[in-house]
Amino acid sequence: MTGLQRAGRWIGDHLVMAAGILVLVYMFVPIAVVMLMSFNDNSDSRNVYAFRSFTLDNWANPCKPDGMCDAVLRSVEIGLLATVVATLLGTLAAFALVRHSFAGRSAINTIIFLPMASPEIVMGSSLLALFVSAGFGGRLGFWTIFIAHVMFCLSFVIVTVKARLAGLDENLEQAAMDLYANESTTFWRITFPLVFPGIAAAALLSFSLSFDDFIITNLNAGQTVTFPMFVWGVSQRGIPMQVNVVGTAMFLISMFLVLGNMLATRKRKLVE
Amino acid sequence: MRRGRFTGYWLMLPAVVWLGLFFVIPFLSLLATSLYDPEGSVLTGYDVTYRFANFTDALGEFWQPLWRSLWYAGVATAICLVLGYLLAYAIAFKSGRWRTLLLVLVIAPFFTSFLVRTLSWKLILADDGFIVDALQTVHLMGEDGRLLATPVAVIAGLVYNFLPFMVLPLYASLEKIDGRLIEAAGDLYASPTRGFLKVTLPLSMPGVVAGTLLTFIPAAGDYINARLLGSPNQRMVGNVIQDLFTSTGDYAAAGALSVILMVIIVAMVMVYIRKAGTEELL
Repeated sequence: MTGLQRAGRWIGDHLVMAAGILVLVYMFVPIAVVMLMSFNDNSDSRNVYAFRSFTLDNWANPCKPDGMCDAVLRSVEIGLLATVVATLLGTLAAFALVRHSFAGRSAINTIIFLPMASPEIVMGSSLLALFVSAGFGGRLGFWTIFIAHVMFCLSFVIVTVKARLAGLDENLEQAAMDLYANESTTFWRITFPLVFPGIAAAALLSFSLSFDDFIITNLNAGQTVTFPMFVWGVSQRGIPMQVNVVGTAMFLISMFLVLGNMLATRKRKLVE
Repeated sequence: MRRGRFTGYWLMLPAVVWLGLFFVIPFLSLLATSLYDPEGSVLTGYDVTYRFANFTDALGEFWQPLWRSLWYAGVATAICLVLGYLLAYAIAFKSGRWRTLLLVLVIAPFFTSFLVRTLSWKLILADDGFIVDALQTVHLMGEDGRLLATPVAVIAGLVYNFLPFMVLPLYASLEKIDGRLIEAAGDLYASPTRGFLKVTLPLSMPGVVAGTLLTFIPAAGDYINARLLGSPNQRMVGNVIQDLFTSTGDYAAAGALSVILMVIIVAMVMVYIRKAGTEELL
């Protein structure tokens, strides 16, 4: 290799990494802005899109804007409920797909894939069309949002758990059976702990999808207000800075959970 | 684990029933809605009159936002592909022990609210914000030029919001590539560029296909970026459908437009997948 080529390769190597880091920076600029604005004091200003001066008031009084904390609470309730149901049904389905053979597999795979490939506006308007024609047009609210959220979380849960389950060494279960563990002991002592990180990841994903959804929710919510709907509503007038407090808190909590899950997985790997 | 012959069916049943009731049947219901007699209303009810003219009416009236959606989503997807490929490539081949952390950083934007993040773009691109100021200082932009309420802002927002959907599948397929194949290309005197074009790029095609689909589809249906970062001149088809359903209450037109959007997307996906030759993706 000539010196020129070597220099070329060095630049190539580092250029790609530098470009990659620039892309990451682009992805993080808005988050940094959200964090910064959560400390913004704009109480005497009408311009909500500029940083005025530093304050801790927004963090001290997060519930000051009318209705915001109710909306956050509503989103948490729906998110938790939808996550539990979607994770349960999705995990069962993932076990069925990986561990059992049955007819109609490709049709089922298509039904699972399609929600991930449909524009949200189409899924949302389809559900609305169904609810209206079934006479639920006047009763849109908590439960219709819940139904919608479980629907679009299911596919993501199935795919996530399936990936974890497919990578699992079946010899471990065989070994447990050889050592006279019965089926349920084997499942709870071997299979479930090994699949658990996948289930936890799926649950986290479900919750964040549910908590963050706007397009489908907005069509099927009736008078119920979730956090994204609250933000949408106030974005027309002028956003209270407390919205950024919620955004920052959400970010920190989920980062904490994800890194925790990651470290736990790594520790388990070391033990194995 | 393989107890009864029917265990698999029982495990599968609840999820399939849920998706059937709340994904498949609603779509059929949307199809019915698109054939409603537009004279009805939510209060008086609608008659299904098999009025196929709803489709031509909707196309005639709303072809502009529909075309704009496909156009914006296409541009945003192309930009995402370039940026996403760089990032995925850097993570897969150049990151060493930082790999897992970088992957977490890629999905981290999902952890703050989509709307809150999009609103913060409004601040970044604001008329008196630093980007506009900088562009005006170096005279790339006129004194009264602006970024907000332009196609540039809407496309930048779309790129930003859907970039992780591009990076993850690209990374997944790049990471699977056997490094020895790339080395072999080098041993056979292929230049790095040629090695990339002849080995790495073809092997990463499944990721390219999956990533472009996962970016293009939600971008084409999105209306949040157009509404928050654009002006009425940047209205996309999502804005129209949303307004028709909620403000105007014109269910027939809204249904027809949704069906048209879905049909266009499915058709494009089929053609694209056949062209790219990765049918195993589905």
